[in-house]
Amino acid sequence: MDTCIKKIRALAADLLDKGEVERVIGFAKGTIPMATSPIAIGSKQEIEKLVFNSTCGLNLANFATKQKGKIAIIAKGCDSRNIVTHIVENQIKRDQIYIIGVPCNGMVDKFKIAALFKDEITQFEEAGDTLTVSSVSQTQTLSKQDVLRENCRLCTHRNPVLYDVLAAELVEEQVLENPFPDVDRIEALDSDAKWEHFENLTKNCIRCYACKNACPLCYCPTCFVDEAGPQWVGKGQNKTDVDTFHFLRAFHCAGRCTDCGACVEACPMGINVRDFTRKLNKDALELFGWEAGLDLTKRPPLDAYSPQDPNDFIK
Amino acid sequence: MGNLLEHMGVERDRVHFSWISSAEATKFVDVVREISEKVSALGPNKKFVKDYN
Repeated sequence: MDTCIKKIRALAADLLDKGEVERVIGFAKGTIPMATSPIAIGSKQEIEKLVFNSTCGLNLANFATKQKGKIAIIAKGCDSRNIVTHIVENQIKRDQIYIIGVPCNGMVDKFKIAALFKDEITQFEEAGDTLTVSSVSQTQTLSKQDVLRENCRLCTHRNPVLYDVLAAELVEEQVLENPFPDVDRIEALDSDAKWEHFENLTKNCIRCYACKNACPLCYCPTCFVDEAGPQWVGKGQNKTDVDTFHFLRAFHCAGRCTDCGACVEACPMGINVRDFTRKLNKDALELFGWEAGLDLTKRPPLDAYSPQDPNDFIK
Repeated sequence: MGNLLEHMGVERDRVHFSWISSAEATKFVDVVREISEKVSALGPNKKFVKDYN
């Protein structure tokens, strides 16, 4: 990733220098180990702040909208798909955004790594596929492949689908026999076991809304959870309200979700909220032959009518 | 939507979708009869129910 960040910095510096863009949106080192935070850079002096490594799990497309002037953005495969979705949904114009594409080898699951240590992680180093992670009491050498996030493990679009320039060589795409093993596992359960699975999944939810705030798809001026008249969902910790929030949040992503994993990345309680959206992604693929964010010329399936749409659920 | 509800454990027969014109009284009766039969076969719903007490 070293050469890749050099290229990213050089490209960003050049763009700012020539005045082609006003800001570059990328990742900066976080305040704790194994963390990065999004950053908008407006001058060449700040260019060294840009980083790119296996902890850049958030989705920068979330910050591409509502910007004045032209911006450049660093985009992994999933970010680029969300940029395509933004363009299709008229949240941003294609000529307003300069995309620095970064072919991606997957991001690491921080909860998985933290679980390997008894105490707090103090250092995180990365060299190719080898990660060296230290806490106060011990140092472990890990293979990145072993601690990949689930969505990255199942990703079939590692290369950006839309870009103006690439910061590294394209990587080989995975071909999966079954892209939805996790959904199949839940589908195999009976109704009560399914319900129990989701009840257990959301039982630690604190309604912080980090999942929806990290999601590039959630850009409504007023979210349904904040609406007061009518109040669609109760605001407290009532279990039914929590479930309603998760159910509706997921459904708003139907046919739009790129499975970027930002929701799970942002969740402070380690809830795999992807269990909701994954089912919708599977349905979108099976019922509409659709994967989100691959084509600038096509509207999402629930946004367009076709006589071929499946109708058998209507009596 | 029905698919996601089913995925979360709400039985498929609880959620029905239909399109009935105001002139289709017999279709309305048929659909309502079918729904009530299917739902009563399932018994009371315990999922997604808010307890206000």
